[in-house]
Amino acid sequence: MPRTTPPWETKRQLQTKNQDTTNPKYGHEPENRPPEDYIRYGVINLDKPAGPTSHEVAAWTKKILKIDCIGHGGTLEA
Amino acid sequence: MDKKNPKNRLHRSRRNSRGLAHKASQRNPKVTGILPITLEDSTKIVQALLYSGKEYVCVMKLHGNAVEERVKAVLSEFEDEIYQRPPLRSSVKRQLRTRRIYYIDYFEMDQRNVLFKVGCEGGTYIRKLCYDIGEILGVGAHMQELRRTRAGPFTENDSRKVTLHDVAYWFGEWQEKKDQQILRKFIQPMENALKLLPRIIIRDSAVDALCHGANLTAPGVLSVDSGITNGSITTIFTLKGEAVALGKALLSTEEILKLDHGTVATLQRVVMPRGTYPKVWRSGSRK
Repeated sequence: MPRTTPPWETKRQLQTKNQDTTNPKYGHEPENRPPEDYIRYGVINLDKPAGPTSHEVAAWTKKILKIDCIGHGGTLEA
Repeated sequence: MDKKNPKNRLHRSRRNSRGLAHKASQRNPKVTGILPITLEDSTKIVQALLYSGKEYVCVMKLHGNAVEERVKAVLSEFEDEIYQRPPLRSSVKRQLRTRRIYYIDYFEMDQRNVLFKVGCEGGTYIRKLCYDIGEILGVGAHMQELRRTRAGPFTENDSRKVTLHDVAYWFGEWQEKKDQQILRKFIQPMENALKLLPRIIIRDSAVDALCHGANLTAPGVLSVDSGITNGSITTIFTLKGEAVALGKALLSTEEILKLDHGTVATLQRVVMPRGTYPKVWRSGSRK
């Protein structure tokens, strides 16, 4: 079977339908969120160590950061 | 023992999990790599990461001798849609399902150890894949070591890839100095997790309606990514680049660009809290 293009190699182009401006009074650019929001809407690209399960690693991160809710993207084994 | 020190915490927990269920330690500990962690509200988009493609580097151990050419041939046979039943010890329902293997790149072979890289759909069990490859080869095989090198948009080359120890260290620094630059060293905005999905960018005036659960209609749309088809999972962004919601497109890119009125996408998950942007619609009889 030939190699299929994985989703991360798919190229997309943004096509404009209408123009408008955004009001700087509301919302924040993702990189400039105030710190509390930055954590709340944050993701960590974690390098999982060998040994503990993904769930354990997620639980520890939660403990370290002292936050209430955490999730992980795709269990890495068991 | 200093309980505050995260290093000690690691060791304690590991001992507990080993001691508690000895059987569970059968699980191969040599599994490492990219594990994106979503914090608090960003957990709402974890679904998008679960289904995203993954890439692994794997060491497979054969149970008998095999010729290199034959191994290569069998590996390329698996670059296809494959059937898998989740293993006994897994966290999902054990029913037969299909998963796409995008590619398998063979690297090298040292006696009975085979090293290769595999790109696959989310939810593919590599342990199972190795077992199946062994069956086709006729000698049997198992997964010896595994490292995930990609989970959706997150890769090993990311400058913000961190270890658990980094997280503990930087968070301590942040609490001490309250310098935002420190937070940005190890946490990134959730929008980065959505990079591989097609985008729809909308007007400020449409944002709060969506936050209240309304479907996305044509007048609110400013721009659309190419390649959207009916049923595509898309991400809906503001002009500032904040994620508003995950939606399911009802039309293709071309159709959306032509449409004057009517529903463009239904919502799957709203991420932005209500009231972030002003409410601009009139609510009928209630004035």
